Amino acid sequence: MSVPSTTPRPVAANSVWPQLEPLLPQVTKPIQYVGGELGAVVKDWDAATVRWALMYPDAYEVGLPNQGVQILYEVLNELPDTLAERTYAVWPDLEKLMRAHGVPQFTVDAHRSVRDFDVFGVSFSTELGYTNLLTAIDLAGIPLLAADRTDADPVIVAGGHAAFNPEPIADFVDAAVLGDGEEAVLEITAIVREWKAEGSPGGRDELLLRLARTESVYVPRFYDVDYLPDGRIQRVVPNRADVPFRVHKRTTMDLDAWPYPKKPLVPLAETVHERYAVEIFRGCTRGCRFCQAGMITRPVRERSITTVGQMVQQGLEFSGFHEVGLLSLSSADHSEIGDMCSGLAEQYQGTNVSLSLPSTRVDAFNIDLAQELSRNGRRTGLTFAPEGGSERIRKVINKMVSKDDLIRTVVTAYTNGWRQVKLYFMCGLPTETDEDVLEIAAMAHEVIKAGRAATGSKDIRCTVSIGGFVPKPHTPFQWAAMERPEVIDHRLRLLKQAINADRSLGRAIGYRYHDGEPSLIEGLLSRGDRRVGAVIRKVWEGGGRFDGWSEHFSYQRWVDAAAETLPAFGVDLDWYTTREREELEVLPWDHLDSGLDKDWLWQDWQDALSEYEQDDCRWTPCFDCGVCPAMDTEIQIGPTGKKLLPLTPVNGMKLPTGVQQ
Amino acid sequence: MAFSQGFTPHPKISYASAAPTGVASEAEYLEIGLREPVDPAALRAALDGALSPGLDVLDAVVATGGGLADRIEASRWRIELPEVDPALLAEAVAAFTSAEEVLVERMTKQGRRIFDARAAVIAIDVATPSVTPSGASAVPCAILELVVRQVTPSVRPDDVLSGLRVVAGLEPPVAPKVIRLAQGTLTAQGAIVDPLDADRDGATIDGR
Repeated sequence: MSVPSTTPRPVAANSVWPQLEPLLPQVTKPIQYVGGELGAVVKDWDAATVRWALMYPDAYEVGLPNQGVQILYEVLNELPDTLAERTYAVWPDLEKLMRAHGVPQFTVDAHRSVRDFDVFGVSFSTELGYTNLLTAIDLAGIPLLAADRTDADPVIVAGGHAAFNPEPIADFVDAAVLGDGEEAVLEITAIVREWKAEGSPGGRDELLLRLARTESVYVPRFYDVDYLPDGRIQRVVPNRADVPFRVHKRTTMDLDAWPYPKKPLVPLAETVHERYAVEIFRGCTRGCRFCQAGMITRPVRERSITTVGQMVQQGLEFSGFHEVGLLSLSSADHSEIGDMCSGLAEQYQGTNVSLSLPSTRVDAFNIDLAQELSRNGRRTGLTFAPEGGSERIRKVINKMVSKDDLIRTVVTAYTNGWRQVKLYFMCGLPTETDEDVLEIAAMAHEVIKAGRAATGSKDIRCTVSIGGFVPKPHTPFQWAAMERPEVIDHRLRLLKQAINADRSLGRAIGYRYHDGEPSLIEGLLSRGDRRVGAVIRKVWEGGGRFDGWSEHFSYQRWVDAAAETLPAFGVDLDWYTTREREELEVLPWDHLDSGLDKDWLWQDWQDALSEYEQDDCRWTPCFDCGVCPAMDTEIQIGPTGKKLLPLTPVNGMKLPTGVQQ
Repeated sequence: MAFSQGFTPHPKISYASAAPTGVASEAEYLEIGLREPVDPAALRAALDGALSPGLDVLDAVVATGGGLADRIEASRWRIELPEVDPALLAEAVAAFTSAEEVLVERMTKQGRRIFDARAAVIAIDVATPSVTPSGASAVPCAILELVVRQVTPSVRPDDVLSGLRVVAGLEPPVAPKVIRLAQGTLTAQGAIVDPLDADRDGATIDGR
């Protein structure tokens, strides 16, 4: 029989691969820079009119699974005249070699220089990716400041949750998009396509102006910020005619019409999530006051049980993944979650496919769902998030879980065979005292005691995991003062002592925590204004990279950079972080419209301080947060009454199309 | 694909003598356990379709017994050494071949190890200029061809290059390009035979 010969790797005409390849044996995990994953797309450069480089500003292992980038990558590549390629943050070892050998920031798909693209879209789930953005811009050979860029440079667009306050990076990005990206990228593509077809009239400035006129793309250069003598913002106003006073977020309605990702990327290197993830709904109206995601993604929009079923089947068939994640901000709240879980569990019984349901609530229903999902034998861990230690603080944050609920739920988990549960809390919440945090220890002790009594076994454990609270824009806590890192660290030490005060119970309790310092910097970046850009730049120039990684993050570098740059503006690090804002202060993001009514947010902040709880409009009448009327949207929930049809999952081989057997 | 039993089932797949990271290869072999018999040609096409460009699955045969690892006795490698004078390389090779033993050092998973890189080398030749180096380049390039026996600890192309440094002080100015050309069973004449040949002869492939 004849044996086909190997084909050389196709190298695009404008690829930097020949320069990059010799560097790869000298760096750690070179496979992350190679590309060519199942699901990856390489299109003809010259046949495309609009070309996007999409970046998740962290390492490949974190960035590849990002749902947002995967969706936009697929949506854009489905357009015949548009191409989209991906780029990730390179580790410092490769960055050094790229600088030494003049290799620019490249895409992993066809290894093209990022500077050659029309649009460079960067998705920020966290503000700690800002220094990595600067590395990518600089490596790409693009001027660091938006003001210095020419028609030869791509338009840099920020998206993701952090883009709801892009002011700290306003000097470095050309534009920001608030909200859902699916339709936004299509609209931007159409504007770029038309502008290019007309011969790019007016250059970069005209293109940015056309984007700004949509009222859903924020172009910072078209807005001036004036400050009061005390450092607060006086006003933010457009400096060009035709530019809207406020920029509005995008909301994709009818998720069934956008069933992405259809062809999920299968990573070549190890990544943080290796699963087919499907969003079962977007938005959340539980109203947890610390949760930015829950506030800025309203209203709730469910994907129907039938679409979810179809996506899971096709996504698994395409990718070969063995895990399915049913994602949302509170998955057990889907109106058809019971039928969805039992239907999927039924279909995949006896296969190697496991199902997981992150972000669930604290009640027994959750255990029923977990039971269904573990039918294949594999029990995934159970995590519950009471968030606050005391009943009082849970009223402040609007997390309506009672201590009895929690203990009953965890004990149910133990009696159903789970040996280990994880409890998630926050430290540094508004109005918090030492006592509120110490109640976490009492709660954990009671969980173990009740669990031992119910199971008659000492072989049960719980892990207390505690993170630092960071106040975020567009939430009722946007006015709140942050607690100082020393106070946070002291409370975390007290909690550890309290947990271990009873040695027998303490042995069954794991304790994980994060220091207060990184949270303070995240707080500076999340509620910062344009002046914070100088701090980011200083930190980056001093070597700041990968700030989301504890082994790379340097608190001192941030503190020093803030001390060097901010006093010139009459403000300092504390002014941005530990200072409580007043009702009438102009906030840096007031001109960016998340749909939430500022008066409602202020009222909810006052309700928090008086420990008054707010119901969920999924089940109770509208409480006028403002989103639906402002955005002309509505809650979209089931039940549809449909069930998952018993499909037979394909177990056989998937042959590439066109191959004859 | 078949999976191992147990709490965390793993796919049944094993690689025989995989090339080191950063090394090109035209001849890698692996064994896969399947749940049910399938047409090897269809399996080849399915695997090839799922893999990245440049990772090509060329052939699949039904295993008729005996482990694949037992049939990997030796590898043939080609090493391109850009900016190295072929005459200098030839001198280094001569020093290497005339040595009884060439001790080299390498970090392994077990820590730093010192071992002989000479005995496992069956053939080491400077290629004639008719072999064109990959990539169009005007700079001189010496090319080394190697046949190395599979031993423990394995002697890799970089170990042989270390050996050339030890015996003759050869220091390539730029990173060498290494490619594995073949691996398999070794004949008495020193030729390498495709390890799948044995199964290819015995296996019944439907329709052929």
